[in-house]
Amino acid sequence: MRDVAVVGIGLNDRWGELWEVSLRDLVVQAALAAIKDAGVDHVDSMYVGCMSSGLFTGQEHLGALMADYLGQAPVPATRVESACASGGVAVRQGFIEVAGGLADIVLVAGVEKMTDVTGDRATYALGTAADEEWEAFNGATFPGLYAMMAVAHMARYGTTCEQMACVAVKNHENAMKNPVAQYHDRITVAGVLDSVMVADPLHILDCSPITDGAAALILTTPELAKKLKRPDVRIIGTGQASDTIALHSREDLTALDAVTRSAGAAYNMANKKPRDIDLCEVHDCFTIAEIMVTEALGLVEKGKGGPAVAAGETAPGGRIPVNVSGGLKAKGHPVGATGVAQVAEIVAQLRQSAGDRQIEKARLGLAQTMGGTGASSVVHILEAK
Amino acid sequence: MTVGIVGYGAYIPRYRIRVEEIAKVWGADAPSYQKGLQLREKAVPAPDQDVITMSVEAGRNALARAREISPRDIGAVYVGSESPPYAVKPSGTVVATALDIGPAVHVADFEFACKAGSEAMYVCASQARAGDIKYGLAIGADTSQGAPGDALEYSAAAGAAAFIMGGDLLIATMEDQFSYTSDTPDFWRREYMHYPQHAGRFTGEPAYFKHVMGASQALLEKTGKKPKDFDFAVFHQPNGKFPMLAGKKLGFAREQLETGWLAPTLGNTYSGASPLGLTAILDVAKPGNTIFMCSFGSGAGSDAFVWKVTDRIDQVRDRAIGTRAMLEDRPIYLQYGEYAKFRRKIRKG
Amino acid sequence: MSTAGSWREYPQRYRYEAAVCDKCGKWHFPPRLVCDGCRNETFTRKAMRRTGKILTHTVIHMPPAAFKDESPYAVAIIEMDDGPRITTQVVGIAPGELKIGQRVRLEFRRVQADGEAGTILYGYKAVVV
Repeated sequence: MRDVAVVGIGLNDRWGELWEVSLRDLVVQAALAAIKDAGVDHVDSMYVGCMSSGLFTGQEHLGALMADYLGQAPVPATRVESACASGGVAVRQGFIEVAGGLADIVLVAGVEKMTDVTGDRATYALGTAADEEWEAFNGATFPGLYAMMAVAHMARYGTTCEQMACVAVKNHENAMKNPVAQYHDRITVAGVLDSVMVADPLHILDCSPITDGAAALILTTPELAKKLKRPDVRIIGTGQASDTIALHSREDLTALDAVTRSAGAAYNMANKKPRDIDLCEVHDCFTIAEIMVTEALGLVEKGKGGPAVAAGETAPGGRIPVNVSGGLKAKGHPVGATGVAQVAEIVAQLRQSAGDRQIEKARLGLAQTMGGTGASSVVHILEAK
Repeated sequence: MTVGIVGYGAYIPRYRIRVEEIAKVWGADAPSYQKGLQLREKAVPAPDQDVITMSVEAGRNALARAREISPRDIGAVYVGSESPPYAVKPSGTVVATALDIGPAVHVADFEFACKAGSEAMYVCASQARAGDIKYGLAIGADTSQGAPGDALEYSAAAGAAAFIMGGDLLIATMEDQFSYTSDTPDFWRREYMHYPQHAGRFTGEPAYFKHVMGASQALLEKTGKKPKDFDFAVFHQPNGKFPMLAGKKLGFAREQLETGWLAPTLGNTYSGASPLGLTAILDVAKPGNTIFMCSFGSGAGSDAFVWKVTDRIDQVRDRAIGTRAMLEDRPIYLQYGEYAKFRRKIRKG
Repeated sequence: MSTAGSWREYPQRYRYEAAVCDKCGKWHFPPRLVCDGCRNETFTRKAMRRTGKILTHTVIHMPPAAFKDESPYAVAIIEMDDGPRITTQVVGIAPGELKIGQRVRLEFRRVQADGEAGTILYGYKAVVV
């Protein structure tokens, strides 16, 4: 198995409600930025992570679409779907192709164009990440499912709404330093708790937004990275795991087993431990999710995720910075793009080129994204060589 | 062959609205309804309830009381209602499938304003007596509407009563029966109209009283019995006043009428009206008790029955919730706006 | 959900029919082809009892279009007395009264309707006993 380096990263200009920009333009903008950053003149293969271009825009067959619009047809192009983990799984597929020696230069993109449909329709589309027939059909929404995890977590560990709100406050603060982020406003704990209720106890400010956006990476071998004169940042561990599609089938409603397993596989492959990680980008689709993920990743003790964020342990200056990019909450969550953008942020940090957001001496970073209520999870560990 | 009731079950939704709440909105005189028609409040179906859902729940209660039989032994399912969820597609098929009855079953929906339930009972009993079916499930259920501000809005309520009829394991025998019918345009609803219309005071003497008295007097004569011979009596109850008046005219005493008298706090459950009065009576009746029942459906007609309770009632009564228990269990009172929203009376387009 | 898709699920939606693994006895609702306990592929169909208890709950204030008129409504994960867990609405209760551990019973209710003219999709909701 070969080593894999990330030599190019790119996002489209700005994430948010982009009325003027189409799905295909979004993904091409991000891909071009990554290609230019890498300095490559061609790719051997490409992957695009996207949860539901069909429900949001009526367009499927995104692999071919992207290859065509990038002027890179007839390169093999593959659409990857794993609900909200689509982008992360696309990264993993690209990694596998380079590591396995089937391609030398692979483009991995992620995109979601969510704002062409009404809020109701978006809620419906996002609900397809859950168990359509036995959760969504009966009235459970995506925020509703995470709200039920929150209620269980609060009952068992005493996690509070204020602690959950701290996640949103932190991520908004972090996004102030991220030009691409959807939101550039500071919020407060009181503001979160006062905001309109979505699904008790999650308020609107506990929930990541609907966003249009795209991100892309160029993966290649360290040898080619050297020839391209790009910094040597490598993916040294990757792990993916599945769990029951329905939340109600989980053993423990307060745990994210797929996250733990996928992280375990990545840690093993990288030969690293949680305490070695300098920073991470995780899947804060809802504030409670970030709390539960930090526990599942082994970065904080089980049940202590709430107190940890409230105490500033996961702030940029804390013990283990989480979501310095602003996370899904403030950077935005164009579903398929998120997993790819997380890796892009880690790469920027490991290159020491993250500007105001730079975490000093960042050498080992972790990116985690998950689908649905944790039915799929993928983790990548990257190291600056 | 003696036929009768093998199992019975009731279902009453939890929501309520008070007469004064409706009167307040329309500037009407609440006491006219409270004292005049003896109506205080009525049951309101939740937006996720309809004739089918209530029939299934009432049917489950009836099957619980008849748990010795298998649903597969039920050879007919008839749902009588004037407010079925579909204009075309029988409620009975959903009810049958939900209760695991069939596919070897005859299903039909009945309509005859408020007496569709009692006629379902009569037809099931007749088929059992003829030996065509072993058991039949007869349901009277409605979620009827009264036009906003109309007199009927104060009483149009929701409820369901289910009876398994058959020839053995009887808890009450059908001793005798009489139906009395004539074309009487007292209350109707034309196709595509949302609310029914009625002919005001014409709904009284020429309609309700003519047919209730006609059927009841004929049945009393046929059986050779007198009102005082019965332990209980229940008449169609479109409001609190009419059944008491009918009973009094026929010679029944108030004590005989009170057990089945639900309208003041339930409202008029249309096809469920006298059937639910019957379930309330069966909830407390003792072996050997006799019950006089007469329904009324606008259009118009009445089905009168004499029921006699058997020893078996003591074994089955407590297997499911009672009628008054449901009527009194944690009611949730609505304001008119919520009620109008629940009943889809607010135009959205 | 399509008419055919819903019809296919009547035994579950209407009668709570589960599949009990012949080998390890685990109840599956809805039924599956492979037991997720022991991977056995033979089952016996049995209807679940209608009662269970609430494991966790929420109140939805921003519903999808199909449930717009019911907002806000309660949803819970319920552990049925026979073992399987389900996700469904809890009705007839003030949202603030939901509690973990509360006993509930399934009732037959309208779950969705395909507009004013399409079919009505019936199923189960929980009521507090």
